[in-house]
Amino acid sequence: MSDPPVSRGFRGRGRGSQSARIPPGQHLVSDFPILSAGPTPEPDLAGWHFALEDGQSPISRWSWHEFEALPQTEVTVDIHCVTTWSKLDTHWRGVSIDTLLEAAGLAEPPGTFVLAHCDGGYTTNLPSEDILDGKAMIATHFEDEPLDPEHGGPARLLVPHLYFWKSAKWVRKLQFLDHDQRGFWEDLGYHSYGDPWREQRYDGD
Amino acid sequence: MTAIELAVAAPAPKRLQWMTATVREVIEETSRVRSLVIDVPGWSGHRAGQHVDVRLTGEDGYQAQRSYSIASAPETPDLVITVERIIEGEVSPYLAGEVRPGDRFELRGPIGGYFVWTVPLDGHLFLVAGGSGIAPLMAMLRHRAAANSDTPATLLYSSRTAEDIIYRAELERLDWQVGTKVVHTLTRMQPAGWSGFSRRIDRAMLEATCFPVVVRPRIFVCGPTPLVEVAARALRDIGHSQNLIKTERFGPTGGSYG
Repeated sequence: MSDPPVSRGFRGRGRGSQSARIPPGQHLVSDFPILSAGPTPEPDLAGWHFALEDGQSPISRWSWHEFEALPQTEVTVDIHCVTTWSKLDTHWRGVSIDTLLEAAGLAEPPGTFVLAHCDGGYTTNLPSEDILDGKAMIATHFEDEPLDPEHGGPARLLVPHLYFWKSAKWVRKLQFLDHDQRGFWEDLGYHSYGDPWREQRYDGD
Repeated sequence: MTAIELAVAAPAPKRLQWMTATVREVIEETSRVRSLVIDVPGWSGHRAGQHVDVRLTGEDGYQAQRSYSIASAPETPDLVITVERIIEGEVSPYLAGEVRPGDRFELRGPIGGYFVWTVPLDGHLFLVAGGSGIAPLMAMLRHRAAANSDTPATLLYSSRTAEDIIYRAELERLDWQVGTKVVHTLTRMQPAGWSGFSRRIDRAMLEATCFPVVVRPRIFVCGPTPLVEVAARALRDIGHSQNLIKTERFGPTGGSYG
């Protein structure tokens, strides 16, 4: 492939000292931009519950009160949005998927793939192995505060090693499947896996 | 053929290739906003509401990329993006300040299949824009006009001052067309004799301008996050179906998009 054209007079900020932590095509931000496809749902903790499903069969279900009582995990991670911003050292608290499976009495996930379902009908797909071994959680707190509705509160999936649309806001259910079923953005041309380090933004990347 | 065979036979998805874009024309829209008319040989066309990724390369090989909505109608051969210069930004000061005709950068797209409107979709069209969030909505209005659609359309557009209204003359012309209504609100300063709204978008303003719930208008909201949050929530509270309200956060949010 030929070299990209030089944009006359463009200098930019340069990669900076954090470059090893910034995937290709990303840039660092200090604030926390918001991107969602529709209105932000009203939080309703009394009516909230979180469920695990094996295909169409229910496995386990927690009310907000029960969910908050599960063993908590804290992580400090870098996050990378497909719209090219990255944010370093974000601090989250919630319940790891390992803990959820254990609480449901499962030694391993009942399917090779998982489809996360959210309020508002949003879905996203992941290989099950990408949410195990501490790689993902259902996050309820950001920087020691309850997660704002705009950022997915009361609970969002957090899978920081993939582009951030995979960290679905307002998550309510993980459905384990024996096949990969594309979610909302994946169906609309975004990459099915979404590894920021391989710059898998769109289908075919 | 079984489903498995079909899956095997399906071609691998085609990668969106980076293409070389050349700036043909620079249009000064406001003191902070420019539209770039760009030539992209091999461009496949787009739908109103979609965006492109733009990638700049410096002489030392440093690259930066950002997303910009397409502002032009699919019917016109020109591809137009509209860029607001963000002071702290990295890419927008270049595109909305430095760039001149003949300059080149890379581009790929079109991207996005959700925040999209096409004429064959039934229903009234209600558009809510804040600042440079007008760009993808302008593509929809231009598309509607180019296709001679008689779908009723209303745009509610929030700007700081009259001088900050992007596409002002064109919006005035559109407002004269049958079935199109353009309503402005100016949040910071209003000229003498101003007859539009003079405050931030709120529920009462949306109730006064949006089509009734019963006609099930298709609603697109694009602008800075606070505007989008307020407008989308108010529209839902008024009774519009959540499924008909599509949002896109856009423009300066503390420099994140710059």
